[in-house]
Amino acid sequence: MLELRRVSKRFVGVVATDDVSLEVRSGEVHALIGPNGAGKTTLISQISGSLPSDRGEIRFDGHDITRARPYERVKLGLARSYQVTSIFKRFTVLDNLALAVQARSGSSFSFWRPVAAEGSLFDEARSVAGEIGLSQKLSSIAATLAHGEQRALEVGLALATRPKLVLLDEPLAGMGPEEAQRMIALIDRVRSRVTVLLVEHDMDAVFRLANRISVLVNGRVIASGAPEAIKADEQVRKAYLGDEVAA
Amino acid sequence: MSWILILEQSLNGLQFGLMLFLLAAGLTLVFGIMDMINLAHGSLYMLGAFIASTLVQATGSFVAGVLLAIPATAILGMVLEISVLRTLYARDHLSQVLATFALILIINELTRLAWGSDAALPMPQALSGPVELLPGLRYPAYRLVIIAVGVLVAVLLFILVTKTRVGMRVRAGASNREMALAMGVDIKTLFTLVFGAGAALCALAGAMLAPLFAVQVGMGENILILAFVVIVIGGIGSIRGALVGAVLVGIVDTIGRAFLPILFGIFFQPRVASAAGPAIASVLIYLLMAVVLFLRPRGLFPARG
Amino acid sequence: MKRSIAVFIVLLGFPLAMSAIDNLFYVSFASRVIIYAIAATSLNLVLGYGGMISFGHAAFVGAGAYAASICIAEGVASAWLGWPAAIAASALAAWLIGAVSLRTRGVYFIMITLAFAQMAFYLVNSMKAYGGDEGLPLPQRAELGLGLDLGNEVVFYYVVLFFLALSLYGLHRVMQSRFGRVVIAIRENEARAEAIGLPVYRYQLACFVIAGAVAGLAGALLASHGKYVNPNVLHWVQSGTLMIMVILGGVGQLWGGAIGAFVLLGLEHVISDYPLPWLAAVAPNYPQHANLGVGLVMLAVVLFAPHGIAGLLSRRRGA
Repeated sequence: MLELRRVSKRFVGVVATDDVSLEVRSGEVHALIGPNGAGKTTLISQISGSLPSDRGEIRFDGHDITRARPYERVKLGLARSYQVTSIFKRFTVLDNLALAVQARSGSSFSFWRPVAAEGSLFDEARSVAGEIGLSQKLSSIAATLAHGEQRALEVGLALATRPKLVLLDEPLAGMGPEEAQRMIALIDRVRSRVTVLLVEHDMDAVFRLANRISVLVNGRVIASGAPEAIKADEQVRKAYLGDEVAA
Repeated sequence: MSWILILEQSLNGLQFGLMLFLLAAGLTLVFGIMDMINLAHGSLYMLGAFIASTLVQATGSFVAGVLLAIPATAILGMVLEISVLRTLYARDHLSQVLATFALILIINELTRLAWGSDAALPMPQALSGPVELLPGLRYPAYRLVIIAVGVLVAVLLFILVTKTRVGMRVRAGASNREMALAMGVDIKTLFTLVFGAGAALCALAGAMLAPLFAVQVGMGENILILAFVVIVIGGIGSIRGALVGAVLVGIVDTIGRAFLPILFGIFFQPRVASAAGPAIASVLIYLLMAVVLFLRPRGLFPARG
Repeated sequence: MKRSIAVFIVLLGFPLAMSAIDNLFYVSFASRVIIYAIAATSLNLVLGYGGMISFGHAAFVGAGAYAASICIAEGVASAWLGWPAAIAASALAAWLIGAVSLRTRGVYFIMITLAFAQMAFYLVNSMKAYGGDEGLPLPQRAELGLGLDLGNEVVFYYVVLFFLALSLYGLHRVMQSRFGRVVIAIRENEARAEAIGLPVYRYQLACFVIAGAVAGLAGALLASHGKYVNPNVLHWVQSGTLMIMVILGGVGQLWGGAIGAFVLLGLEHVISDYPLPWLAAVAPNYPQHANLGVGLVMLAVVLFAPHGIAGLLSRRRGA
């Protein structure tokens, strides 16, 4: 479904991602793990299009999207969530989700008809809110939500675009154990209809959710495979997993 | 269109560019360090010229008057920074535009109250004649002095910014505010000083250009726009960018005005040429800026990584 | 909504009251204020709702003013041709300028819009055929037909008032629409807007062009009002003044531009034409320095009322 061929990105003097090749298969939860600064978020930004790649090719669902604008990738069914929460803070929860639904459902070059009259937008937004557990918070301003709720809305914005594949950049970041369980359950629920590329530090979540895992160290993929194989991989243990699994 | 004419116009451009640099240097640092749009920078240029005109008259000496006007304007600048501008650093660009636009109106009217709408600052007698630079190239002595002063100040500024501790801090602040804070730089005091220095440079430019242009209320606004064009071309926060941008703008503007109408006269009918020539010449620097921004959206020498 | 209607009822009655006391000067002055209110409202769409700090809005007012004036000067006095021409000219200018400028961000956007406006300023300065830097006097105002004589101050007033009402209602409607939601969303979080599939650049450009078109209409009205147009309508200080009106009135508030225009022009007029006896006793010439008072009020607004006057009003109502 998503295929990266030798994708690279360098910033002034620093190589962020180096010759990354990666394949995410339809229907799987593919986890991308690696130490801090390994280039995970850079890679997500390259896949979503907010950072142009220096070299390499990205294919998604049969299309070459290497040079596509971010919004074009969303239209093809490739959505993302951010590691640092990025929502429309001064909008209500319902308006946040309705906007994402609106972005998917045709053109917004409609200048006169009030959005409020479009019941279907809000119906769909409500159903997404139900899915992410925010049905009780529809008219809350997003900025006033608790951290875990904002994280849920973050993922909800991506899901509301009805993606085929969703890039989740550390959805569990900063969450307490209870909130984390809810997020894991959410990802588990949507995996039946959405392919997931999951960047996550929480190894418990990774091993519970992932069908396959890729390990990124210093901008390079050093291993890719089934969770058991990754756990057993000598190179991975040395470079990264060792201390965390032991801990 | 002889080479002497071209050389002469290039010198004029260089001279104007160097004075623009004096304005742009302060502006780019203020902009770079505090991310602050200060439209009132041109008002300090105007104040410098007015103050110099009074002091030149009072002392009877051009040099003494100009040299005294510089610290006087610097003090006014620092007072302005401490009283009003300091509270604006944390605000958005829009508020800064509004507040400093208000300051332009206020300073203009206060100047009108104190001096009237214009003032005189005559060229010193000794420098009013031309100097024969090359056979056939007689160039006004006063303009040469401006070039000399401009070069001298530019060199001093470079030494100050690149070789001294204070300069390093200023540069650190301009390229990365958080890093400067982490280095323990006292941003508040440092910035008041930078602002004062910027005001001093404004005064120098205002006083030096006064004998060539008119000293009048409103003189700061038009040159302010040019100074902004300069720092945007050069890259905000970069002294080097300000110098390159200033000389580029000075020369392109001057040469364009002098030769474009002639050039158009060669290729087009006189009626077209006389209308289009000056028009294109006056938009040349804005065209330059648009092209630079289109190709390099952060200017020629981006200071921030 | 109720308050808006109340304000318009007062505005509708204003010329009648002035006619009763035989003071048509104020009807004409009010027309000028209303035209600026339209221009400032159009800028508010870009600046307040769209979050794009354009420092060159006067270029679009100017494009409209010149397009309409050239029509009249060339003998085409009909408003039905001149005004659409003005709107088209400024929309085209906004499209060209916006297409380039919107590739930059932040301070660079502010400066590049300013640069383009300066180009336009020098361009009209050099249009010798249409007055150059001296400006272009017009033999008459535009002709509307329909038995309405725009030369009549009261008729002209009602026409510009109609356009203000249309602009405000239009702005209100557009902001409730899909397009309006998107424009605001882009202001709030541009990266996220793109990441949910919105082509940010296109919507911003459309917003910029709509605002430019409305500014062009204001320009056409302004030229007719004074029966004169000169390059100063495009001067950067004019762009600054329009920004000031929006900020003063209230950024992103429906009535922001209109309130700002009313307060700024009203203040200028009151200070210069109504000397306060006690102040005049101390400083007899002070009305000549009206800008000092205007500047001080502006500064006070920034420092003490960050959300403009409309912000103050709605906060008081909310409390």
